Amino acid sequence: MTTTVHPKTSPEVGGIGHAVRRKEDDRFIQGAGRYLDDIVLPGMLHMAIVRSPIAHGRIRSIDTSAAEQTEGVVAVITGQMLAEHNLAWMPTLSGDTQAVLATDKVRYQGQEVAAVVATDPYIARDAASLVFVDYEELPAITSPQQALEPGAPVIRDDKEGKTDNVAYIWEAGDKEATDAAFAKADVVVTLDTHYPRSHPSPLETCGALADVNPATGEATIYLTSQAPHAHRTLFALVAGLPEENIRIVSPDIGGGFGNKVPIYPGYVVATVASLLLGKPVKWVETRTENLISTGFARDYHMHGELALTSDGRILAMRASILSDQGAFYADAQPSRFRAGLFHICTGSYDFGAAHVTAKGAYTNKAPGGVAYRCSFRVTEASYLIERLVDNAAWKLGMDPAEFRMKNFIRPEQFPYRSPTGFVYDSGDYHTALREAMKLVDYEGWRRKQAEGHPEGKLYGVGIASFTEVVGAGNSKEYDIAGIKMFDSAELRIHPTGKAILKLGVRTQGQGHETTFAQIVAEELGIPYTDVKVQEGDTDNTPYGLGTYASRSTPVGGAATAVVARRIREKAKKIAAHLLEASEDDLEWEPGRFFVRGTDKGVTIQEVAFAAYTNPPEGLEAGLEDVCYYDPPNMTYPFGSYIVVVEVDPGDGTWKVVDMAAVDDCGVRINPMIVEGQIMGGLTEGFAKANMQWITFDEQGNCIGSNFLDYLVPTAWETPRFKLGATVTPSPHHPLGAKGVGESATVGSPAAYVNAVLDALRRAGHPVENIDMPVLPHRVWGAIQGVAVKP
Amino acid sequence: MYPPRFEYSAPRSLEEALDLLAEVGDEGRVLAGGQSLLPMMKLRLAAPAHLVDINRLPGLGSITDTNGEISIGALVRHADVATDPTVAAHAPLLAAAAPWIADPLVRNRGTLCGSVAHCDPEGDWNSLMLAVGATVVATSREGTRTIPIADFVVDFFTNALRPGEMVTEVRVPKAGPRTGGAYLKLERKIGDYATVGVATHLRLDESGRIAQAGIALTSVAPKNLKVTEAEELLVGNEPSDELFAEAAEVAARTCQPTSDVRGPAEYKRAVVRTYTERGLRRALAEARGEA
Amino acid sequence: MQITVTVNGTTYTSDVEPRRLLVDYIRNDLGLTGTHIGCDTTSCGACTLIMDGKPVKSCTILAVQADGSEIRTVEGLKRDGQLHPIQKAFKEHHGLQCGFCTPGMMMVGSALIEQNPRPSEEEVRWAISGNICRCTGYQNIVAAIQAAGRELAERG
Repeated sequence: MTTTVHPKTSPEVGGIGHAVRRKEDDRFIQGAGRYLDDIVLPGMLHMAIVRSPIAHGRIRSIDTSAAEQTEGVVAVITGQMLAEHNLAWMPTLSGDTQAVLATDKVRYQGQEVAAVVATDPYIARDAASLVFVDYEELPAITSPQQALEPGAPVIRDDKEGKTDNVAYIWEAGDKEATDAAFAKADVVVTLDTHYPRSHPSPLETCGALADVNPATGEATIYLTSQAPHAHRTLFALVAGLPEENIRIVSPDIGGGFGNKVPIYPGYVVATVASLLLGKPVKWVETRTENLISTGFARDYHMHGELALTSDGRILAMRASILSDQGAFYADAQPSRFRAGLFHICTGSYDFGAAHVTAKGAYTNKAPGGVAYRCSFRVTEASYLIERLVDNAAWKLGMDPAEFRMKNFIRPEQFPYRSPTGFVYDSGDYHTALREAMKLVDYEGWRRKQAEGHPEGKLYGVGIASFTEVVGAGNSKEYDIAGIKMFDSAELRIHPTGKAILKLGVRTQGQGHETTFAQIVAEELGIPYTDVKVQEGDTDNTPYGLGTYASRSTPVGGAATAVVARRIREKAKKIAAHLLEASEDDLEWEPGRFFVRGTDKGVTIQEVAFAAYTNPPEGLEAGLEDVCYYDPPNMTYPFGSYIVVVEVDPGDGTWKVVDMAAVDDCGVRINPMIVEGQIMGGLTEGFAKANMQWITFDEQGNCIGSNFLDYLVPTAWETPRFKLGATVTPSPHHPLGAKGVGESATVGSPAAYVNAVLDALRRAGHPVENIDMPVLPHRVWGAIQGVAVKP
Repeated sequence: MYPPRFEYSAPRSLEEALDLLAEVGDEGRVLAGGQSLLPMMKLRLAAPAHLVDINRLPGLGSITDTNGEISIGALVRHADVATDPTVAAHAPLLAAAAPWIADPLVRNRGTLCGSVAHCDPEGDWNSLMLAVGATVVATSREGTRTIPIADFVVDFFTNALRPGEMVTEVRVPKAGPRTGGAYLKLERKIGDYATVGVATHLRLDESGRIAQAGIALTSVAPKNLKVTEAEELLVGNEPSDELFAEAAEVAARTCQPTSDVRGPAEYKRAVVRTYTERGLRRALAEARGEA
Repeated sequence: MQITVTVNGTTYTSDVEPRRLLVDYIRNDLGLTGTHIGCDTTSCGACTLIMDGKPVKSCTILAVQADGSEIRTVEGLKRDGQLHPIQKAFKEHHGLQCGFCTPGMMMVGSALIEQNPRPSEEEVRWAISGNICRCTGYQNIVAAIQAAGRELAERG
């Protein structure tokens, strides 16, 4: 572990470790970004979707005549029409099926029932309200507990032979060893908590602009896509279009956070409409459509137990999960992992045994299960263990920092095999926590807490020391819909020494155009400003699985390093030729080969020129290569967050008065961008802990369908952050980097909640749990000792 | 989302506007700031057939000091209320509360009179108006009448305007000496509607007794709720913590909150109690010149 | 209905339906797509532009209401080929990630520092509290606006 990394390259070259400013910013600060809704094509039509107002009902009939007769309406599309082309249903990323437009039943409020295509978006929306659907309303199932009750109405009666609402069953770990450890425990601590349904809600909603050429059948589909290549293949499989005729273009993306990983019915219908009408068709969600129908996240009802010795050692962990999947099981996750990477629930702690079971239930809610700024259910897992650990320390009367220190995996134990079978690559958890304690002045806050708040409020200090698992895959175990989870980089060095790097991943604000150029700068000494990074256009980038689960740097970044090194190998041959020296006598320094012990050398730019003008005999001209990188393991970023809150017992409100976040994501390529990612994640973690959730009433009406009800913190509520860093490189990643986009969203929620609970407990209120969001009325209820709903 | 179609007029004189309002009747709506109306139209929760945009009417955009009252015209934006020196000097409670209306951008556009007329029980202004005892000036082709705010706020989204009438002005009594007030708003984030809002206003007589009291509540009844019983309890008495606790108890008992995602009724009742006490204490400190 | 609007110094006369939202007019009729749409409820501020000197949410104003007004959008921040200090500061301080909220944030920020070139952190946070950013956590946006204010003040 170190805390600083000295860059090897000059600031002008801007390799690893330089906080260079972002190349992509120039267009965004001038309003010249090109997002999906900014694209206009000649003759473009506009689509609006008709959605179910009820959560569960059988469709008796659909009357489209009034909509069709509206001036400006070109077509009204129903599920029946799609069924004629075998497109009324599509596969989900978890091997289930999902209705594109409902034909039999609607299964959640907001489900797609029909679509109107018109010459103008205002007219499309007007006409959508003139599509009349007659429903026979059915009882709505609004919780997984209710879904699994005997005799509950079967939501998925479309599935042959389905007689219950079970979506999946999964388990991991060693039950026998866990039971044995629990039998020996002095103390068992339990926690029941619900990680509520939330939504990534990027500021740009989802959308598609499908342009199928009526003459050639070539389909160019502009898509708010985090995974354009995977989407191309899925489009080919779903729509039966020849893959070479599909070009997915993912333009500038206004935030993704997992929301833009799945394929949504709107994408498919817009494409079908364009195919049928021979004109480009644009569909852009409203915010309400985004929140009620696309990719929700979390919604895990979790029960956890820790077996402990009385002197504060963890012996084993048990967990059981009941997940609310909505109407279609559509978790965007590797196929073999039914509950994502929940295996990481043993967290940063060293103990012998763990056993986890999970069951998913269908309910009358929107499908999704996307990894909202998360590596496939790592967030839920991390939350559970960090809350359990805090409860354990409390029950044992130990300081939560001391308890963690005592149970952390020690640095010398890495690589560490966890009780659920995952091999952590590297870590130094003690140092990260110590750094965070220093940064926030842990002892000082504990003193202030003991002295009491000057205005009678309650101070609380909360910790979370998370470990993540990111950067899927290896391809042996990880695939999405059968496609192996490698990723790719293609690098071309032009004759003038400038370069273009083409990637299979897709940035949504993470700064790839800068970070990945810096990797090339590091490896080849070409200034990062001379490296253009291209992503998102499937015709012009190598195949990749896309950007989510913090996999861009672990996989795409590794691919970039490897391809650059391959090019350096070839460059060395050309340099030897130019220097009339043996390759063995050449040494490399950033940007230049030189003959060992002399000042004779050639720059990478000179080599590039020679690659096209004067290649050595027997060597192919050009200087380019491609790499498909298959990571040997995942990476395991970690960190410690400490939150200090002030709770007002009079109204239950709380605010963050201090916060320190120490992250270790291995080597930081661009420290500025890394810190930006962390602050964004800490804010999303705060949102979930403080205010943000989607809930439903008993009829299945979604509450949280717009930004008045689904709350996103503003600058006013958002805490101020103090950031710290430790650097424990990944031993298997070519650059030692680990990925960071999600760490703070994963790690921070437990810290906020632990802080509020700490405040209450130290004020004499023995509160086991408050579910997120820790709303003022829930805090108030906990203080009063009464259970409050919702 | 987009609003449904409507007719639109932008009259240039009050006379023209009143003629139009008389003509369109129930089908028409006045468009001032539009910060509540247009979102409702976009979500298709409202579909007026005719919008009469009053933004081009002369003379409605000012705040004036007249005869012991502050007059706030129909085109005065929330942001103007927050920064206007006359308001700051003579209606400090309004100046202090204005920044808590919606968000800064909405405040640049939305109007105080529009909010008053909207009669949304989750709106903040009417609680403040009830606490300070404002009057609403309604104008139609038939003339002008003044309506005490307590009569103006009729019910859930219902005001006392007659067909063809519009609010042209709201008048607020000048605070005078030994006056203090507070608006305590529990909101989940900036821009949120109040979970609970409590407006308190006190005037002391020369001996330090409470000469006048105003208490009104936001979001805990079908309309902004003036707690007359608590006001009466306070008036004529020496201020004390016990008295304030008693008044707070009355407010908590009087309000009619419902349970929803912002919290259960019993919680909101408890916050009404806490905020009424806190508000009264703050108002007292201000009236005594201690704040 | 015919309207005449001056946007970034250019005067446009257009025929619009009364219900057309100003943001759609700016984006689709004038092609100034730097102003974005992020919600339907006047909650997010992605559509913020300056109308007659004040930052407002253009999704909650009818285009017909803008008749005769002076509007400035993100495309009008740059003057005489020079970036506005707020544009430079957003890049310098990493005040943006996906860029979607950025135009709105910069418009609010520029209006703030024109009134108050040296706002405190709290004043900046208050001023931008009608704008949502999903990426940055705001800290760098606040720093950027303060830095831009300093530059503006030093320029005089």
